[in-house]
Amino acid sequence: MAAPLTLLLLVAVTVRAALFRSSLSELISERVEVVSPLTAWKRVIEGLALLDLGVSPYSGDVFHETPLTIYLFHFLVDYAEVTFMVSVAGSSVVVTYLILFQFRKQKFALEADRYPLDCLELIRSPKEMYYIPLKVAMFYLLNPFTILSCVAKSTCGLNNAIIALFILSTIKGNVLLSAIFLSLATYQSIYPLTLCAPALLYLMQRQYIPVNFRRASFWWFIVQYAFMYLGSLFVIICLSFFLLGSWDYLPSVYGFILSVPDLTPNIGLFWYFFAEMFEHFRLFFLCVFQINVFFYTIPLSIKLKEHPVFLIFMQLAVISIFKSYPTVGDISLYMAFLPVWSHLHRFLRNIFLVSCVLLACSALFPVLWHLWIYAGSANSNFYYAITLLFNVAQILLVSDYFYAFLRREHHLTYGLYLKRKDGSEATLVLK
Amino acid sequence: AMAEQKFRVRARALVCVFVCVVMCGCGRDDFQEELVIRPLHSGDIYTSFQFRTLWETDFTRENKVSHYRLFPKSLGQVISKFSVRELHISFTQGYWRTMQWGQPYLPSPPGAELWVWFQDSLTDVDGTWKELTNVLSGIFCASLNFIDSTNTVQPSASFKPLGIGNVTDHRFLRYATLPREIVCTENLTPWKKLLPCGSKAGLAVLLKSEKLFHSSFHSQAVHIRPVCKDDQCKTTSWELRQTLNVVFDLHNSGQGKNEWSLFKMFSRTLTEACPVASSSKIYIDITDNSQGEQFELSPATPLLSQAVVLGDRRTFSVYDLTQQITFGTMRSLNLLIRGKSSDMLRPLLHAERYVAGYGLQTGEIHTLMYNNHPYRSFPVLLLDSVPWYLRLYIHTLTVTSKGKDNKPSYIHYQPSKDRVRPHLLEMLVQLPPNSVTEVTLQFERALLKWTEYTPDPNHGFYVGSSVISSLVPSIVAMDTNNSRERPLFSSFFPSKEESSYFVRVYTEPLLVNLPTPDFSMPYNVICLTCTVVAVGYGSLYNLLTRSFQIEEPSPGLAKRIANIIRKMRGVPPL
Repeated sequence: MAAPLTLLLLVAVTVRAALFRSSLSELISERVEVVSPLTAWKRVIEGLALLDLGVSPYSGDVFHETPLTIYLFHFLVDYAEVTFMVSVAGSSVVVTYLILFQFRKQKFALEADRYPLDCLELIRSPKEMYYIPLKVAMFYLLNPFTILSCVAKSTCGLNNAIIALFILSTIKGNVLLSAIFLSLATYQSIYPLTLCAPALLYLMQRQYIPVNFRRASFWWFIVQYAFMYLGSLFVIICLSFFLLGSWDYLPSVYGFILSVPDLTPNIGLFWYFFAEMFEHFRLFFLCVFQINVFFYTIPLSIKLKEHPVFLIFMQLAVISIFKSYPTVGDISLYMAFLPVWSHLHRFLRNIFLVSCVLLACSALFPVLWHLWIYAGSANSNFYYAITLLFNVAQILLVSDYFYAFLRREHHLTYGLYLKRKDGSEATLVLK
Repeated sequence: AMAEQKFRVRARALVCVFVCVVMCGCGRDDFQEELVIRPLHSGDIYTSFQFRTLWETDFTRENKVSHYRLFPKSLGQVISKFSVRELHISFTQGYWRTMQWGQPYLPSPPGAELWVWFQDSLTDVDGTWKELTNVLSGIFCASLNFIDSTNTVQPSASFKPLGIGNVTDHRFLRYATLPREIVCTENLTPWKKLLPCGSKAGLAVLLKSEKLFHSSFHSQAVHIRPVCKDDQCKTTSWELRQTLNVVFDLHNSGQGKNEWSLFKMFSRTLTEACPVASSSKIYIDITDNSQGEQFELSPATPLLSQAVVLGDRRTFSVYDLTQQITFGTMRSLNLLIRGKSSDMLRPLLHAERYVAGYGLQTGEIHTLMYNNHPYRSFPVLLLDSVPWYLRLYIHTLTVTSKGKDNKPSYIHYQPSKDRVRPHLLEMLVQLPPNSVTEVTLQFERALLKWTEYTPDPNHGFYVGSSVISSLVPSIVAMDTNNSRERPLFSSFFPSKEESSYFVRVYTEPLLVNLPTPDFSMPYNVICLTCTVVAVGYGSLYNLLTRSFQIEEPSPGLAKRIANIIRKMRGVPPL
């Protein structure tokens, strides 16, 4: 496992280094699909320049990074490329390791006894599972979206690294580290808050605490976790206050994420919607769209309470699609987990259509941007249409994997080859 | 008879006392008017009117001033109600071409410009500024109500008070420009009404709009400031200057002939001075025409005057309109200037500005400042106020002179806040002699909400002129004795030292295109985006609330109808 992983890392680092040195790096760091007002490297440099001039970076509306990020880059600005490559390599290693760890836990024999005999082919053999961590690392490192995001020096790479560390510490069972990394991830952008639920479910499963509202141990564990999480969040926020001496960063970072004042086009749904919104309804739809991100936490947790790892994947996907300033870096994070569910391929219904649409949209984004902004022969509707299509394809992908997962669970419980009352071949529908 | 005589004496004494009391109580006011005509090298002609009212009064005292004579009541009420210490407002049509026309006596940027110093006793400056702009909008019939926090800045160094006073806290200063503002007859009429004689007598009869707006450059301004009465500055008076600068084009108004007259320029001649004016003069700049070799002036005048203005000693022929002899036998004065003027000196400081780049995503603002002095370098203050929707990146600021980096010694930068305030950049740059200094700054264009665009969004958005203020080295010694009687055009900018004079240069305004959304699409966009969100919600809802069941195949159509009939009969189905 170590040798192929090292080889993969070498290839990935080479590709990124080659792109850093070429003229494409300037081009890529300006692309709106890859950077957003929250994560652009140009804005980090601008924030540092404002600090040098003696003006608070949060007094204007250009800089929206958290104070800890300024602090980090104050020292690392000359080594920025190395930092981003290290964070990407680090997150892929972390993700590989956590999948490896997760698989080692599963005991083949134990599982085989619980299921009906004809489902044996649904259960993965250790041979199949052997290469999955490497595939995950490959999906993350060699995904063009990740490469673009790293070459553009988007701080999304750092956010992904923190989320990867959080998932690793959750799967290792370390409650304190999990709470700390989750609070860091929430501090960077608010949306990882929804990952609290899968973390709690996984940790409770590991410690054999039953998920039952009437049990005291359940509530006691939640209180412990919440205390650790809120405590570390409080410490981080106060540290940020002392770094710059003011609370200016709260409206600049979190107010910006929640109220979406900047309508720079990106691959998400918010920008054109709020550019064309009637003023009277702006606040209403803003609330609706923001609640939409957090809304699926409870229903998904109830449905997937036995499978918290898949719940993490679902939550990450929902955040990446519906957040206010998505970039391709966020998408690459949940796409990296797709090989883990490779055993669901036989139940996926739309995978060909979805992958074709995703490829076509990724190719059309720069074309229609150029036609709108530079050639002037198209208008904003063209780019907006591709945005809609891209998001529909992502939603279809995620719901397809969810369908496949639920179907496999159903088959594991009731058997793979189902027969109707009269003995003929049965079809399964959702009713 | 004795009683009657006594009564008459007493009545006369009473009237005298009353008149004296009235005169002393309100202070003396004084009105001067002048017109300066300067033929330009290119064949155009530059005329500058100045009307000054000086009044010894105190607008800031408790009981309001109520007896107005020469000073316009509307402006006096504005000063006292809004605690104004200095007010400068100008309306300009056209752009001043420094390289072709030299330096103007009173510079002004295209569009409308308003800057005000408030008294330091004022507590709510922003609220007062808003009210003041609305009131001035009514007085001058201009859309100054578009001045709000998104185009108002507080410069820290470029706009020091031009009148007396020690307050230099820039919290009390507000500066705003409206580069898109158009000037026309309806702005000239209320401006003329502020003059003591209106447009009925004196130099103001020449101000006829059909000729004034048929010109290359037209600028009218009002400047109010407190000035010292004498050297010791024991008393202060309020000075109101109304200025009007016009440049008539050789080909448009002059019909290509190098022959200018008052009648040709203004379609009027002068018949009398304003009766309430203490001085009413016309100055023609004849500096390079001492023997009459360049151009000819008629009717001839024996009066000559010399003044140091714009760093040079100029000679003027003077026509005094208070003397009846000026008007001659026809009782009307029509000045005739025949011929061209000689080459002028290159102006020492001038500037250009343009937008570089292509596409609607990013761009670069380039400001070029030229120092044409052969061996002296001098510092300039550059003030840039850029609207918030052009996001400036200050780390891309570069200042180069003669190909080398020229670091500004003072930078004051206030970043913009979306929809609240614009960018403010002030820099002190040392211009090396005989060089071009280029200041470049990158920006990003923002996408606005569809309601924030003007009705003609593809016309573009205006960025106000940059202001370059500097003390330029002077060829001759400037006159620093400000209390002496000097022509109005040479006493506007006070000189504090003899070796330099104050110059303010305005660059061109910029016209920048922003990316636009499709304005016909609000309902469609809401529907389509909500559809995508609903697709997400729908798929997840289905998967979360439904469970897998074995499907029973539904019977054919005939069997279904048979079952319905059977149910009606009460018989079990097939």
